[in-house]
Amino acid sequence: MSLTRKDVEGIAHLARLGITDTELPVYVESLSKILSFVDQLNAVPVGTITPMAHPLDGEVQRLRADEITETDRHVKYQANAPQVASALYVVPRVIE
Amino acid sequence: MTLHAKSIAELSAGLRAGEYSSVELTQHFLSRIAAANAALNAFVTVTADRALADAKAADRRRAAGDAGPLTGVPIAHKDIFCTDGIRTTCSSKMLADFVAPYDATIVERLSAAGTVLLGKTNMDEFAMGSSNETSFFGPVKNPWNPAKVPGGSSGGSAAAVAARLAPAATGTDTGGSIRQPAALVGISGIKPTYGRVSRYGMIAFASSLDQAGVMAPSAEDCAYLLAPMSGFDTRDSTSVQRPVGDYVEELGQSLKGMRIGVLREFFAEGLESGTGARVQAAVDEFRRLGAEVVEVSCPNLPLSVPTYYVVAPAECSSNLSRFDGVRFGHRCVDPKDLMDLYKRSRGEGFGAEVKRRIMTGTYVLSAGYYDAYYLKAQKVRSLISADFKNAFDKVDLLIGPTAPTPAFDIGAKFDDPITMYLNDIYTIGANLAGLPAISIPCGFVGELPVGVQLIGPHFSEGRLLAAAHAYQRETDFHRRIPAAYA
Repeated sequence: MSLTRKDVEGIAHLARLGITDTELPVYVESLSKILSFVDQLNAVPVGTITPMAHPLDGEVQRLRADEITETDRHVKYQANAPQVASALYVVPRVIE
Repeated sequence: MTLHAKSIAELSAGLRAGEYSSVELTQHFLSRIAAANAALNAFVTVTADRALADAKAADRRRAAGDAGPLTGVPIAHKDIFCTDGIRTTCSSKMLADFVAPYDATIVERLSAAGTVLLGKTNMDEFAMGSSNETSFFGPVKNPWNPAKVPGGSSGGSAAAVAARLAPAATGTDTGGSIRQPAALVGISGIKPTYGRVSRYGMIAFASSLDQAGVMAPSAEDCAYLLAPMSGFDTRDSTSVQRPVGDYVEELGQSLKGMRIGVLREFFAEGLESGTGARVQAAVDEFRRLGAEVVEVSCPNLPLSVPTYYVVAPAECSSNLSRFDGVRFGHRCVDPKDLMDLYKRSRGEGFGAEVKRRIMTGTYVLSAGYYDAYYLKAQKVRSLISADFKNAFDKVDLLIGPTAPTPAFDIGAKFDDPITMYLNDIYTIGANLAGLPAISIPCGFVGELPVGVQLIGPHFSEGRLLAAAHAYQRETDFHRRIPAAYA
């Protein structure tokens, strides 16, 4: 599996990753290598085998009662935010 | 015996007997960290003030007659665990200034047991790496030879324990990140069963694989920490509701009659000969101690690495989408619009290996490729898991090497991701199947330690620790300390 520059630019856009022109050829090469490496899975006959999403058979995700368990801690949480105003997260204007 | 050469049981006994206070013990380890950290780079953050406050509280608790076995014992946490009010970086520029607003469950539980927090240990960025070279804060050095890597991703915890800068440390293991560094620095490290230890407050990498565990010189030390860390947590939806064994009590189990399977696939091409010889000697020692040793095969196990490098990046691309430059973490300067904010914040905040894995994951999950990669890998994962299940119908534990070679040179594999990924060839299987596994030291090739790995069925932590302990009662590899840190 060999990726082109355009492929990698497309993937980087989907992943919302800014990639520089110097980084791009490095990723074209290494991602192509990784995909070629994992291509060996294609030789495995898997037919109707059930895909395994979770390592523990029979354990199901629990549900909990729909009750409030968290207290308001926005001041503490927002201390880590890059930009806050009036207890709101500030981002560049989205709607003109 | 110097304080830092003592086991947790010995330290606990010394504290109980009043031979030294927790404050004295803590000061001893803090001064060792101050002397060694510039050379090893094992700690990202040293929490000296917090450590002394914890130690004073532990001494007060003891005076009040309220001390448990870990009260006053200093430990370190991998910097992937959130610590309330303390910088928690995941060794990434993205989180370089992030101060966690709460404690991870295991941090909370070990604090409640009375442990003293020495600091936060260096790691591969977001736990993605096998050499600790992807850390934003620079590589960790192997205490046995500073030109060598300590393994990864829990390389800081590994180096800190190996150099006896801490009696024990926490780690996390997604594809071998506890066991491989434990092997490369000559200590013990256990990855418990998936779901055994809460992951609340542990920064997520690949959610169907990640598990927290312990790194310490011996299996007995690991048992002391693993017991209070384990158990159900309502705040982790993958936490398992099953009783936790008394791992320290279970250490007394004998190896007599235990069936141990030698994994044929682990002794094939790629295993360095000196490493193979040390591991074979450990297998012989287990036989001498009364275990019945048989050969078993898990034919799909060689597919572990390619399976993992679809599943783990896919889950990482999803988990790391939360780092958006808005609510926490790095934000670029002067974003011109929201898309620019996302792209530049993430492009600048993540290192090269993290970006590589996010893009691999994005690709294998993208429209048109999902069935060919992710679904296919999940099916192969079923095959690998079934192989283990069949093996455990015949044996109680499996044995093999932890890593294919001893520690390699810093820089040697950094530019070739596939070569680096193949370091985890013997450890990834246990993660894919959610099994508990332990690495313990079993000898040296030249000056460098070698680890042997035991893998058990789900929830067999007690048996694994007991088997490792039985071996360690007869050997002293786990007591060896690098000369520079003796």
